[in-house]
Amino acid sequence: MNLGGRGAGWIMPIALPLVNLAAAFAVTSLVLIAIGEDPLEAIAIMIRGAFGFGEALGYTLYYATSFIFTGLAFAIAFQAGLFNIGGEGQASIAGLGVALVCLHLDFLPLIALVPLAIAAAAAFGAGWALIPAWLQARRGSHIVITTIMFNFIAASVIVYLLVNVMSPAGSMQPETRTFAETARLPFIHDALALAGIAIASSPLNLSFIWALACAAAFWLVVWRTRLGYELRTVGANPRAAAYAGISVGRITIVAMTLSGALAGFLALNEIMGAQHRLLLEFTAGYGFVGIAVALMGRSHPVGILFAAVLFGALYQGGAELAFERPAITRDMIVVIQGLVILFAGALEHMFAAEVEALAAALGLRRRAEGT
Amino acid sequence: MEAFALAAPIADSTVRLAVPLLFAALAGLYSERSGVFDIGLEGKMLAGAFAAGAAASLAGSAWAGLAAAVVVSTAMALLHGFASITHRGNQIVSGVAINILAAGLTALLGATWFHEGGKTPQLGNDARFAPIDLPFAASLEATPVLGPVYSEVVSGHNILVYMALLAVPVTWFVLYRTRFGLRLRAVGENPHAVDTAGISVTRARYMAVAICGALCGFAGAYLAIAQSAGFIRDMTAGKGFIALAALIFAKWRPVNALFACLLFGFLDAAAIRLQGTPIPGIGVVPVQFIQAVPYVLTVVLLAGFIGRAVPPRAGGIPYVKGR
Amino acid sequence: MAKRPGHTEAAIELKGIDKRFGAVHANRAIDLTIAKGTIHGIVGENGAGKSTLMSILYGYYEADAGEIIVAGTKRTIRAPQHAIAAGIGMVHQHFMLVDNFTVLENVVLGAEGAPLLGPALARARRTLAELARDHALEIDPDATVETLAVGLQQRVEILKALFRGAEILILDEPTGVLTPTEAGHLFAILSHLRDQGRTVILITHKLREIMAVTDRVSVMRRGEIVATRETAGTTEAELAELMVGRKVLLRVEKAPARPGEPVLEVQGLTIRDRGGLTRVDTVSFEVRAGEIVGIAGVAGNGQSELLEAIAGMRPIAGGAIVHRGRRVTSARPADPASVRGLGVAHVPENRSRDGLVMAFKEYENAILGYHRDPRYGNGAVLDLAAIRAEAAREIAAYDIRPPDCRLPASSFSGGNQQKIVLAREFEADPTLLVIGQPTRGVDIGAIEFIHNRIVDMRDRGKAILLVSVELDEILSLSDRILVMCEGRIVGERAAAVATRADIGMLMAGATEHAA
Repeated sequence: MNLGGRGAGWIMPIALPLVNLAAAFAVTSLVLIAIGEDPLEAIAIMIRGAFGFGEALGYTLYYATSFIFTGLAFAIAFQAGLFNIGGEGQASIAGLGVALVCLHLDFLPLIALVPLAIAAAAAFGAGWALIPAWLQARRGSHIVITTIMFNFIAASVIVYLLVNVMSPAGSMQPETRTFAETARLPFIHDALALAGIAIASSPLNLSFIWALACAAAFWLVVWRTRLGYELRTVGANPRAAAYAGISVGRITIVAMTLSGALAGFLALNEIMGAQHRLLLEFTAGYGFVGIAVALMGRSHPVGILFAAVLFGALYQGGAELAFERPAITRDMIVVIQGLVILFAGALEHMFAAEVEALAAALGLRRRAEGT
Repeated sequence: MEAFALAAPIADSTVRLAVPLLFAALAGLYSERSGVFDIGLEGKMLAGAFAAGAAASLAGSAWAGLAAAVVVSTAMALLHGFASITHRGNQIVSGVAINILAAGLTALLGATWFHEGGKTPQLGNDARFAPIDLPFAASLEATPVLGPVYSEVVSGHNILVYMALLAVPVTWFVLYRTRFGLRLRAVGENPHAVDTAGISVTRARYMAVAICGALCGFAGAYLAIAQSAGFIRDMTAGKGFIALAALIFAKWRPVNALFACLLFGFLDAAAIRLQGTPIPGIGVVPVQFIQAVPYVLTVVLLAGFIGRAVPPRAGGIPYVKGR
Repeated sequence: MAKRPGHTEAAIELKGIDKRFGAVHANRAIDLTIAKGTIHGIVGENGAGKSTLMSILYGYYEADAGEIIVAGTKRTIRAPQHAIAAGIGMVHQHFMLVDNFTVLENVVLGAEGAPLLGPALARARRTLAELARDHALEIDPDATVETLAVGLQQRVEILKALFRGAEILILDEPTGVLTPTEAGHLFAILSHLRDQGRTVILITHKLREIMAVTDRVSVMRRGEIVATRETAGTTEAELAELMVGRKVLLRVEKAPARPGEPVLEVQGLTIRDRGGLTRVDTVSFEVRAGEIVGIAGVAGNGQSELLEAIAGMRPIAGGAIVHRGRRVTSARPADPASVRGLGVAHVPENRSRDGLVMAFKEYENAILGYHRDPRYGNGAVLDLAAIRAEAAREIAAYDIRPPDCRLPASSFSGGNQQKIVLAREFEADPTLLVIGQPTRGVDIGAIEFIHNRIVDMRDRGKAILLVSVELDEILSLSDRILVMCEGRIVGERAAAVATRADIGMLMAGATEHAA
């Protein structure tokens, strides 16, 4: 992503995503009208549903946690010029790792279990991303296709394991047993209760803190370390990277493993934090939401945080909307998601000329200087 | 003879399961050969299936369903073309967007318009494509070997199946024996050469993308009104991606695509039939394992371990007039 | 090969063709008449405007002013189709062929004549056979283009033009990718075409070719046609002088060099490109500390590959590069990181492609290639304060404007971008400096500054290898001049005795004994 590449400072990175978002909402409104609903009323309900009461905010942030992880995952690969479409699969396999820790190491105290779960999520997620990464680096296999294929292979693996291996004897449900109380990430409402603060209960759990930490670490690594410098150079100009002595193949693998690890942390939120067991399709398409979040947030952690909360609000608000207006099912959110990816990703620059013209007219744009 | 009794139904299922893959793979072939990557086959198929189910239900006619599927699918394809060709946007991202949009819109509109939880109404037989018995199917049935093959496997499919099979030689002919096909292939390999010869790269790519959309419409229509009796939420279930895998496995060639789709269709049919049945010497093969084979094969191919899959050279690269 | 005098009718008349690209005045009110049935050469240095002129004739660009008259009729040419319709065909320097198509399919593409390929290809096959017979352009119509030798691929390009009925054929630097034998075949074909009444325009920088095959030659310099001569009535020496002009040389003030020990030794170096063509052919030379060795030559004669190999960016096929005791051969390749570690700095020829990341801020570009240097931070974390301080220091020392290290590189002008690269490479205190096109796209004021800094580095005892297509630059900066032509060193001169005419002739491929 070219942040302010034309000397336009902060205008383009902030204004353009907002314009693209507005376009997505405009089309959404058309769809709502087509099904006989009032767009403004729908938006009002969604906003209230997402932020209007204590429980709502908790749910919004709980969803946002997953999106922060998958958004950061897509973004870090994107910084290196790679499209990791495999977030779903990497998160699924990471769920396997987390489940193994929580099921078999639950004799350990929680304080030991958490870092082990984090490590397992990272290792399994990164491992699943490693093969496509290696194939791209060494054999030139297109990473988009291989990661899509690996999504499906991961789904098959998880289904097989849940149906045949990991579900408790005698159970017809394709899921593991529920984790022991000591093998669950505490809910934030429980943690705050210990400190005497009472908030409404929701699945929001401590993985949210880890998500924020990952966002901070993302910023640190990408813009403050040598590795980050090399990542960004490969993504921005692979030839200059070669000139600078950076190994493009090595960076490909490193970027993808980091990406897989971040996607894997989704499992911490869902498996160890909310569901407390491994079940089918717990990733629920969140890997693809991550793509939308990363594109809207322009692959920058601050943008990703905002976009993740926005999508969290969409999910929670959408659930509320589906409850109050049964005609608008939760699939509405999926439509918005698709439109965001379309406008913020594929049609990214469609409105660029208009935004620049507007900014210039308002005297906001700093003209590029140079002798 | 017992093996044959098992083989014929599997062969029959293979053909039925391969058809949507074949339509979609051929669709992708046109687009990708012209240089526009398309990972949105899944979304277009799904949209087409919904349109077919909805229109067939409302109009009471299978052909209306097919027409609607083609229109809707082509519209989505042109959207992809608009983003990829005119705006030179990222073709992968555009494809992902189309898939997600289709998933959301079909489910939403399905639930809202038909109030059946996302399905379109069950179609009566007159609104579906009926099986066609080819001439002499009944009378030839007694002939050893060939008889049952003809009457069970070849005859008795609906018209879309025969159209799909026909589409293979037609595509082959168009691609390799017509001016249009020559230019289409050239645009995917070296658009500069085409441009300097005075042909519009943009126009050629838009046409390819439109054909892709139309064929995806056929694929979706088959699912909704030939194979099933209406649209069901997410009914494509990844078939668009299997079709993409088949296309790559076929190295972007029409006749190979037929065999790849038959192979993947066979795996699907075998997975269903053999569920729980031990294979001599191997034991029970988990159904998920069989389901994963198309994807694993594609990865192996892409890794260069079973020959090289060389995509069209200009694939995925937006064309910028340069000098 | 008798050269008949050309007919008096003009195949092409260009009147007042003018074209600007922003600040660059590529073609200045050009008048040119090309007689029918002749081979007309157009020579000039890089940047003289020959390619632009031919691009206008073929419809890639539209001239800002002027007329094109083909066979007596004024024509509007806005796209290649119009040029083709006017009977103009072009053989591009970089072939416009579809590699996995056959010869026949490539020839026919765009001029099929029928919707079904069957009849179109059959008709084309017959036409092709006729053309091949008439012009000695034998080729297997069913061969796949990527299996053909480069010389044969070029024939396909020629056949494409002839198939469309081109009466006028433009060839743009056709021999750059050919072996000498293939080039000879090409000239025979061109003469044949001329004898049959067609017109050929040959763009080249190689004077030897001009003398060998053309009937008339026009010389372009700085966007203008400076002279047109009958080839029989001129010499390579005269053409060379017309090409490079007689200008007052802006020599840089410098003290005589005091060279020390050899820092770089190139021994019998051979480099091949991915197509197997030899780009550098057993080249040997050395560069000593405290001297500037300049390599003169027209672009495309191996200098780029030579620079890249010394910088570790390109593998070598034979011979060795020896620097500070380290011997780089084909069996023991180098890479840019280790080369830099040994004290080699590299100013690449193409700064926007290789030497800068346009989206990065100036201070991020200031450490490109040096980001692992301990002075920019301990361990994994970069010390931004130190980096910005260093960047600011370089900005001040090299007068880079605007003096803001937080601006993206794309905000700076060409000259300032180049100064960013130079500052970075010079301040790394290397022992060997490898510099390509230091003042390409740089304005006058910055050129002088850059030249002074280069001499300054020399006086500090650095060994400098300089490659430039600007002969003036080579003449004014170098202590010793090597001339490269077709991958070989064809001459060496001490700067004190080198003259423009002399070097110009060597660059243009004239042998030392040309009259």
